[in-house]
Amino acid sequence: MDIIITGLLLGGTYALIAMGLNLQYGMARIMNLANGELLVVGGFAAFWLFKVGGVSPYLTIFIVAPLAFVANWLIYKIMLRPLVKRAKSRGKLEVDAILTTFGISFVAVGLMLAVFGGDYFNYSYLATPVHIFGATYGANRLSAFLAAVVICGALYLWLTFSRTGMAIRAISVAPDSARLVGIDVPKMAAIAFALGGAVTASGGSIVSTFLTLDASTGVMFTLKALVIVIMGGVGDVRGTIVAALLLGILETFVARVIDPGLTLSAAYLVFILILLFRPQGLFGRAQS
Amino acid sequence: MKRRTALQLTAALIAAGTIAMPAMAQETLKIGAVGPKTGPLAGGAIVSYWPNVELWASDVNGRGGLDVGGTKYKIDIVEYDDQTNPGETIKAVQRLATQDKADFILPPYSTGLNLAAAPIFAQFGYPMVTSTATSDQIEELSEKFPNMFFTLGGAQAIATSTAEIMSAMRDNGDIGNRVAMVNVADAFGIELAEAARPVFKAAGFELVYDSSYPLGTQDLSPVVKAAKDANPDAFVAWSYPPDTFGLTEQAMIEGLDTKVFFTAVATSFPAYGERFGEAAEGILGVGGVNADGEAFKTYAARHLEVTGSKPDYWASAMVYSSFQILEKAIEATGSLDKAEVTDYIKNNAFETVIGTIDFDEHNNNTSFWTVGQWQGGVFKGVASTGREGAVAPALKASWK
Repeated sequence: MDIIITGLLLGGTYALIAMGLNLQYGMARIMNLANGELLVVGGFAAFWLFKVGGVSPYLTIFIVAPLAFVANWLIYKIMLRPLVKRAKSRGKLEVDAILTTFGISFVAVGLMLAVFGGDYFNYSYLATPVHIFGATYGANRLSAFLAAVVICGALYLWLTFSRTGMAIRAISVAPDSARLVGIDVPKMAAIAFALGGAVTASGGSIVSTFLTLDASTGVMFTLKALVIVIMGGVGDVRGTIVAALLLGILETFVARVIDPGLTLSAAYLVFILILLFRPQGLFGRAQS
Repeated sequence: MKRRTALQLTAALIAAGTIAMPAMAQETLKIGAVGPKTGPLAGGAIVSYWPNVELWASDVNGRGGLDVGGTKYKIDIVEYDDQTNPGETIKAVQRLATQDKADFILPPYSTGLNLAAAPIFAQFGYPMVTSTATSDQIEELSEKFPNMFFTLGGAQAIATSTAEIMSAMRDNGDIGNRVAMVNVADAFGIELAEAARPVFKAAGFELVYDSSYPLGTQDLSPVVKAAKDANPDAFVAWSYPPDTFGLTEQAMIEGLDTKVFFTAVATSFPAYGERFGEAAEGILGVGGVNADGEAFKTYAARHLEVTGSKPDYWASAMVYSSFQILEKAIEATGSLDKAEVTDYIKNNAFETVIGTIDFDEHNNNTSFWTVGQWQGGVFKGVASTGREGAVAPALKASWK
């Protein structure tokens, strides 16, 4: 029981980290390697507002998310839209997007170093124990899990039932056909990319309540997010959630029952198995 | 070579011939500095390494420059970011030696990056007074690279000091002999865990939990839970900065309330004390300084004034001291000849902010701080191999 709850809590964290990338990669078709940097920016905003004004990181989301939405929308319009326009195939776009966002990630690290310095930052927020079924959990991790449930749930409902959400899913499934039914593909892709950025930055604000971050840690989160998105199936919100939770439970199980040193190996073993036997991911559609 | 001889000649002429006009002809000395500004170790380097480069240059230039045989040389620092990548460290040192023609190069940051750069320093003959490298293979290394010096000590001594502190507490009847030990699965953590295992055992401690976790683990609660389940009297973690913070916070949440609580790198950072405040009281960590000594106090005040940040209570002062050694050796020999300066470092003792440093026949500084403890909001040295100013270690009270 303890393992399952701890695993679910970690899985919630992973879902927060990976959900934004799923929107950007799955829907807008941009493999954003600067995703982790954005997460760190969100974390730093939460840290700064908490230190200066005592603002709760959960309130910071309401500032960070709109700002990140606008910033990502601009990045998409200015830097990524030209790539989409000239790309002849999805593969070509992927290569271009990877190179461009890789560059953006370096710029982002440089800017963060200049603005916040390279020091570690962390703070104590809700670092109090909560007892569930006789075991203890950090209140900050528990609230992060609840936030993940709210964010992922809202995204899922919105994508499934709203008109815009449906349009975004349409461009994810068939960008060429989507145009035929009157969907403004560039606009929807920009929205999906910007929304992904907003989700990632919000996730950063939330995970900063219990993780120690610094300007260069972004790449670690990008990698984790990438693994989860690919495991779950590109472009499927449910897949990302399931993969994140599975990975959380698996890592916790290995850490408690076998050895904490093997968590990474176990995670990558599962990743390799999925790539070998179900390359489209748990919920992905087979590529034609 | 010719230019240098000419310089020396001019310097000698000025010194001998003229009485007036001191410090008129300003010369500059090019000093290279290579360290992480990005990558996994950037967070540590930005606390312990880079501010000292700035402070040292400001101190020396504030005095009018380095006095080399009567001529004052201002210091011009050429900095490179090695991205915490050994390949980049090597490239940067090569570039400094061949293209920038640096007169001297400051040692890189961290054990791994220093070891990576050692052959290049040796190849070009630069004296390399390392300040952030811990190793138990100092004899072999100094034989291979005779220009390489060690100041921060080795894993063996740190493990031994930790065991001695715990033994004293056990013999007092304050703690039992159950130890839970964890380590980060990276060079530093593995080396210390391997050094500690036999030492703890020989001291009569029982390792009731012994495990490692990968670098960058996001959730340390399984580790802390398992350690707590083993019901230890002491908790020892050979950890790196992000996990040092994470383990401490988890231990408070899980109520892992041992009277000995030890975390490694970053426990000595001012940010650690700020983060945990009262709760940090009594936490042991690797490192330490003579925090009450005048030398450290004035150094810390200058560090804050010039760089705007506080030094940490371990490597910072050692980094600055290693720069001082280079500075003093250059001034004492009155020469920019690398071999001559290296030779002087080998054969002389140096007064630095950390105290006297005198290298043994293996280029090793044998007196260094091993363990410190947060007491009264300051991380004070509680154990060393021959440094003055250690305070008595105390038992940690329950988490507040």
